[in-house]
Amino acid sequence: MSGDDDRRELAKSQDEVPQPPTPGTVPTPQSHFASRFAGLKGAIGPILTTIIAFFAGGLVVLVTGKNPFKVYNAVFNGTGINWFFHVGHHSARIPFSTHKMWFPWDTASIAAGNLQQTLLLTTAIVLTGLAVAFAFRCGMFNIGGQGQYLVGSYFAVWLGTSFVHLNPWIHVTITVVAGALAGAALAGIAGILKATVGAHEVISTIMLNWIAVWVGEYLFGEQGPLQGPQPSVPISNSIADGAKLPVFWGLALLQGLSIGIFIALAMLVVYWIIINRTTLGFEVRAVGFNPEAARYGGISVARNYFLAMAIAGGFAGLAGALDIAGWEYNIGQNDIPVNQIGFIGIAAALLGRNTAVGVGFASLLFAALINGTSGRQLDPSIFRPDLAGNLTTIIQGLVILFVGLNLGGLWMTFRRRRHKGRIDEAGIPQAPALPDAEREGL
Amino acid sequence: MTATASRLVGGIRWTHPKTIGIVGILLGALAFWLALPPLAARTQVLPIAIGILAIAAGIWSWSRDQRRVGGGAVAAGILGIAFGVLATRSSTAHLDSVVVWSALGAATLRYATPLVYAAIGGLYCERSGVVNIALEGMLLTGAFFGIWGAIWAHGWAGNLAWIVGLAIAALAGMALAAVHAVWSISLKVDQIISGTALNFLALGITGFIFIDKYGDSGTPGNIPDYGVPDIHIHFLQNWYFIGPILGQLNLMIWLSFLLLIGTYIFVFRTPYGLRLRSVGEHPRAADTVGISVYKIRYIAVISSGAIAALGGAYISLGFVHSFSENMTAGTGFIGLAALIFGKWRPFATWGATLLFGFSSALADRLPNAYGNQWGTLFQALPYFLTLVAVAGVIGRSIGPAAAGRPYDKQ
Repeated sequence: MSGDDDRRELAKSQDEVPQPPTPGTVPTPQSHFASRFAGLKGAIGPILTTIIAFFAGGLVVLVTGKNPFKVYNAVFNGTGINWFFHVGHHSARIPFSTHKMWFPWDTASIAAGNLQQTLLLTTAIVLTGLAVAFAFRCGMFNIGGQGQYLVGSYFAVWLGTSFVHLNPWIHVTITVVAGALAGAALAGIAGILKATVGAHEVISTIMLNWIAVWVGEYLFGEQGPLQGPQPSVPISNSIADGAKLPVFWGLALLQGLSIGIFIALAMLVVYWIIINRTTLGFEVRAVGFNPEAARYGGISVARNYFLAMAIAGGFAGLAGALDIAGWEYNIGQNDIPVNQIGFIGIAAALLGRNTAVGVGFASLLFAALINGTSGRQLDPSIFRPDLAGNLTTIIQGLVILFVGLNLGGLWMTFRRRRHKGRIDEAGIPQAPALPDAEREGL
Repeated sequence: MTATASRLVGGIRWTHPKTIGIVGILLGALAFWLALPPLAARTQVLPIAIGILAIAAGIWSWSRDQRRVGGGAVAAGILGIAFGVLATRSSTAHLDSVVVWSALGAATLRYATPLVYAAIGGLYCERSGVVNIALEGMLLTGAFFGIWGAIWAHGWAGNLAWIVGLAIAALAGMALAAVHAVWSISLKVDQIISGTALNFLALGITGFIFIDKYGDSGTPGNIPDYGVPDIHIHFLQNWYFIGPILGQLNLMIWLSFLLLIGTYIFVFRTPYGLRLRSVGEHPRAADTVGISVYKIRYIAVISSGAIAALGGAYISLGFVHSFSENMTAGTGFIGLAALIFGKWRPFATWGATLLFGFSSALADRLPNAYGNQWGTLFQALPYFLTLVAVAGVIGRSIGPAAAGRPYDKQ
């Protein structure tokens, strides 16, 4: 029995509240080594996972009697990423002006429109992914990104439809910020409950998700407070023009790309800075690795639980607000229960290993997959879009299933078992290990 | 629960704070009930007066360290006043159209039954120390494969095809649960991640096969002929109040009662149940005395899949008689909520499912008279109550100590 196990048993007996599984608490030589080369080595597992998931998806397609290569090719063309491969001589309007300039790509092609859709989805998934990732770094599983996203969008609709004659700059700012704050508040409830009475955040965020869904059904349903002018149509009013984010590529009417994508990218940077370059980030990670050790080190665990949840919720609420202000402009009652953006964020965070770069790429992957298999993009003669939509869900499930396995780590373990004849610990570092900090903390 | 029972047998101590607290809860319910049909008292004084009594009883018993019952009584008093006053302000015609006790009772059982299967499935799993948020996926799997099996068997099994359907549903649920078991027990993956993945997989797989097989026309319309049958008890049907509720219930509802009693006896009155609980509370101690932690966890997780899937099969084969994509729509999560609200105990969990089922039944009927919004808000009640329960306002819910932790055999 190793010293690590002793410590964990001790922590268990001292703490009557069942702690959540704190991923990656046990430093193994492998994870220590991997952290030094996290950028390259850390990507192997997720890439392997993605390949396996897509391979399995291809098998499913094969079973239904279709050619998987054809289907995946059609899906890929629907994502709009092929736009980058069609280089030529084109002219493009410089955003927010009437001037034109030479540009290697055709900004008005069908592929360009598809890419705009993919990037709009990426915007939301990046942020809901960060909502999961940030909480993960604090040792919590924020499954409530969906509810926080919804609440953010409710507040964006509410404020966006309220002050019609406000200065556009102020209006769009308060719309977006209020959405983020609403998400933070909802997640903050789960954070407070965890910090004060030890209520497991998974349970409380699941409950908050469903409360958010039903409150939305109430708000936007028939005769609901935020329902639009037509009594029998359960859709809200559209937000005022001043509350809309500027669209810099494509037409706003056709759901062109708004500057929300840059906000999302900026948030990836903010996330990286908070986690890696601030005291708050250090404390959050310390609590995530080992709450007991962090407490001995003088860190307020309760405060960090609350802050981490609130910040995570802020990301998800921002996603909801950006979707409203960027391209949706209103909410229909029927859209609320079928929306899955928050849950896709879980997959993105897990696949991206809770790193900023990883979440960014994983979000792009899932956004492309969802957009490519949507009814609008996929040719029904090649593959039924409603089947393909379910295939996307299966692939997401497989990704989460296998990324949790940590294929690289598992391989190491088996190899070690063969060499030493025993396993110390099958470490599952969802958060990339940070062995030095942990050793200091102990 | 057993303590209360023994006290009842040994004579009730009327001045005990706990008794007073329970009386307070009952008073709170009475405050509401008086304003409803058939009595439908029209004065607001009655619910307010009785509600205040309930709150007073609650505070008294709270101040004497019976916080759980006392808090419950205060909450019941406040809710009793609120709903009672609301009811007296509403017209009797509206009340009559909503509050039909026998119809509400039958609907409560119909809505509660899938929750019972989900929650009891979750009980086995979580008592063994494996967190199961894949209940939703297991219900959905059971709902689809149950109906798929019944349709497949209809050709040769005739009207008994539902038996095949239930068996296939249980097998499908076990298959899904087996993945959860391998992942969370042997591979030691975070149990919540594995559960989330399985929810995605179940949603995708059932949706995919459903669209592929029945996409254009939906499941066949003749399923009521070979769905799970209703049990008609003729002598009961003329009884006042009970008859309309119990006289014509689906077989699966009766089976859920058996499941509850069986689970209680198994988990709390047999050595196997003791092993199950010990593995969930302190696996190392259980291992030390020679109990195979992995074996028990595997059996518990896989049977949890079978039980939850039966609940799903009840929804599709016994209740709705059709399947649609994502038809369970969160039922599994309410089941999980009921399990937590009932503190991982069979009968308390059953009480929670009845409460949640009642709120669903009421939400169904409220739009008849009061418009859609009120029914919609009522749907959020189970989740809100569970949030209150985990927050510990009315007695904390604390699960099995080892739940969520993989066990490493030394």
